[in-house]
Amino acid sequence: MSIKLTIDGKEVHARSGENIIDVASQNGVYIPSLCYVKGKPCLGTCRTCSVKVNGRVMAACTMPVADGMEIEVNDDAEIVDMRKALVELLFSEGNHNCPSCEKSGRCELQATGYEVDMMVSRFPYRFTPRVVDHASKTVFLQRDRCIFCQRCVDMVRDERTGKKIFSIKGRGTHSSIEIDAELANDMTPQQVRYASDLCPVGCIIDKTQGYDDPIGQRKFEIKSIKDRALEKEHR
Amino acid sequence: MSNEIQSIVDRYDSDRTRLMDMLWDVQKQQGHISDKAQAQLAQALNMSSDDVSETLTFYHFFLNKSFGKHQVYLCNTVIAKMNGYHDVRKALEQEIGCSFNSVDDSGVIGLGDANCIGLSDQEPAMMVDDVVFTRLTPAKVKEIISQLRQGKSPEEIANPGAIANTELAYVEAIVDANLRTDSIVLFKPNRDYKAILQTCLDNYIPEEVIEMISDSNLKGRGGAGFPTGLKWQFGREAEGEEKYIICNADEGEPGTFKDRVLLSHSPKDVLLGMIAAAYAIGSRYGIIYLRAEYWYIKEFLQQQIEDFRDQGLLGKQILGKDFEFDIRIQMGAGAYVCGDETALIESCEGKRGTPRVKPPYPIQQGYLGMPTSVNNVETLACASRIIEKGAAWFSDMGTEDSTGTRLLSVSGDCEKPGIYEIEWGATLNEVMTMIGAVDPRYVQISGPAGDSLSVEQDGEREFCYSDLSCNGSLMVFDHTRDILEIVRDYSEFFVEESCGICVPCRAGGVDLMHKMERIIAGRGTEQDLEEITTWSNLLKGTSRCGLGTAAPNPILATMDKFPEIYAEKLVVQKGPLLPSFDMEEALSAHELAVKKLMKEEV
Repeated sequence: MSIKLTIDGKEVHARSGENIIDVASQNGVYIPSLCYVKGKPCLGTCRTCSVKVNGRVMAACTMPVADGMEIEVNDDAEIVDMRKALVELLFSEGNHNCPSCEKSGRCELQATGYEVDMMVSRFPYRFTPRVVDHASKTVFLQRDRCIFCQRCVDMVRDERTGKKIFSIKGRGTHSSIEIDAELANDMTPQQVRYASDLCPVGCIIDKTQGYDDPIGQRKFEIKSIKDRALEKEHR
Repeated sequence: MSNEIQSIVDRYDSDRTRLMDMLWDVQKQQGHISDKAQAQLAQALNMSSDDVSETLTFYHFFLNKSFGKHQVYLCNTVIAKMNGYHDVRKALEQEIGCSFNSVDDSGVIGLGDANCIGLSDQEPAMMVDDVVFTRLTPAKVKEIISQLRQGKSPEEIANPGAIANTELAYVEAIVDANLRTDSIVLFKPNRDYKAILQTCLDNYIPEEVIEMISDSNLKGRGGAGFPTGLKWQFGREAEGEEKYIICNADEGEPGTFKDRVLLSHSPKDVLLGMIAAAYAIGSRYGIIYLRAEYWYIKEFLQQQIEDFRDQGLLGKQILGKDFEFDIRIQMGAGAYVCGDETALIESCEGKRGTPRVKPPYPIQQGYLGMPTSVNNVETLACASRIIEKGAAWFSDMGTEDSTGTRLLSVSGDCEKPGIYEIEWGATLNEVMTMIGAVDPRYVQISGPAGDSLSVEQDGEREFCYSDLSCNGSLMVFDHTRDILEIVRDYSEFFVEESCGICVPCRAGGVDLMHKMERIIAGRGTEQDLEEITTWSNLLKGTSRCGLGTAAPNPILATMDKFPEIYAEKLVVQKGPLLPSFDMEEALSAHELAVKKLMKEEV
């Protein structure tokens, strides 16, 4: 069923059942997100896609569009700042040293930081000690950079048994990302690449192969994360 | 695989969704759930070990390593701290011979903290295995620990008369009910449940039961106040092969304990309410999600279910009708966030208690993906009275928008803490008089997630959904109490209980707590107050569930009601150093390193 709604005051048409993030994208409006992967079930963990729907703050990835919705993405200064604040929170919660990170230039968190005009985190940096897990032969977990998006937990499974390879241990501030080393050892090179590409930050790193694009020609340097998100829709 | 683990897995038909029960069974049998046991469970359930650990490590009371033969958890709420907590804490460390979060040298007793364990009317209190000890003093602690050391079980110590744990007298031997008011709607003695249900089933079709509940204007007593009749109607209309009724008995909101008393003194009211809900919606299965802090009620509650089965009120062909319904008890394992209905459902499915994304709502897709009505204990007990006495009887009480009564769990600075049943519409001042609060200044209603009231400003406000929409918790603080410290304690509570799945609550909650610490330390500025407000709005707006959106409430509300106590603490920047900069703290790591190195050299 076709419905009508507005995004930043502009009237758009959409099919009911689609979520706000996709509908906005189809209409040329970029909404940042660090956990949502199009075509996969919503995780709703990062909240950086927060927008205002009829004046109320909602996550654009988990909210289906409805007829008559008034959505504010960039027209409302408060919601623009909230998205920026969430990205900043992630930078202060973990330990993100872009210059020394393999994923720099390919990192969705870094790229999103640029998109939301972040200069420095307004929140105090915590410098939480986190331990690297290198038990598996195929990947290592650089936990300093994990943002608990849960993409790997939900979307990477052992191909034979369907078991979880990645999981979360503990809760709240005591959470940590874990990897089942035995299952990880059985990952194919393709699956390892899928997992490390899926990771929005530089937490899941392929042990067998590095990145060889030179600075200036890395993924988000060639084309911004915003352009890539919008381009997907127009393909 | 060991036979023990296999028989536990078999007990639940290798059903992965019953992982919570399996973990409890392993822990009860082996004292903790070792890596080996986790691996065996994982193998039997076709999961990875880490996947089992994912559930296990989410809950406070599941142990993945030995924590003594007996586990002592001392409740550390603000109410406990007003009643001698610190002395009891010291006494425990001294008598057990270890510090908190460790086990004594003999490996007999493990000592840990717990958030509110539902005993705010008789604090300080502690859990020891499956029982609790209340109104603790250092002398009492000494006695209990010495008996534990002599080899007595906690049950024997708490219940020297050896009353069977299926009896109400057992629960009463362990905790006081402190029922302070006569029955209006709830706690009605000597009800003929069979006759009430028979009359209901004979005279009303399910739609009429829903209509009756809707006409009574009963609203959810958990706090959100959603109309119960409407929820049941949605449940009836929702499509699903099965439908489920879940009774939310996870009351974890600090300061509340009414469900503890309802489930022990009127358990059949709650069961009857569940049966009515099942009949109305068309459900065959019910679950009571009972918090682990209430283990000592479990066998008694189970006996009540058995009684109903014996009388034909539960089971197949209930009272001869074509109506089937039965109830099981699901034990929680210590997670405040499981009070959120979708987190609770995840937990019932054997997973981490992380709240789901909404929509869809449980009434459309809940437990096992099927339509599920999650109702509060008190809501169900009220429903059982409405089907007996009719909608008009109920809606004549209270106010226009809030019908019937409200149970208050009263604690803090008053002469008579305990359970009060009030008609909606009573004012805060009336309640203060009723409970014998002599010098009340600040009242926290609905727990830390609720609202902070100034008795001076809010005394004439009414308890009702459109004004003081209270979930039952009422903590009273007089003029001698340090409000900022109480608020800081609440903010720490939210940090400890955050499930961590969403960024604002997991990360932002910590920053709010640090702001409170800074203000209390006398290093806060006007800018800190401004940042508290904007950061609070961030949590309120963007958090995934009610825990994150409510976490800033105590800070924001007390800033509004008692601005002077914040203002007194603020400083103005002098010189180039920010007031927030703590020279001592900044140098503490250096000092520590020097001390450590000196030791090593010697």
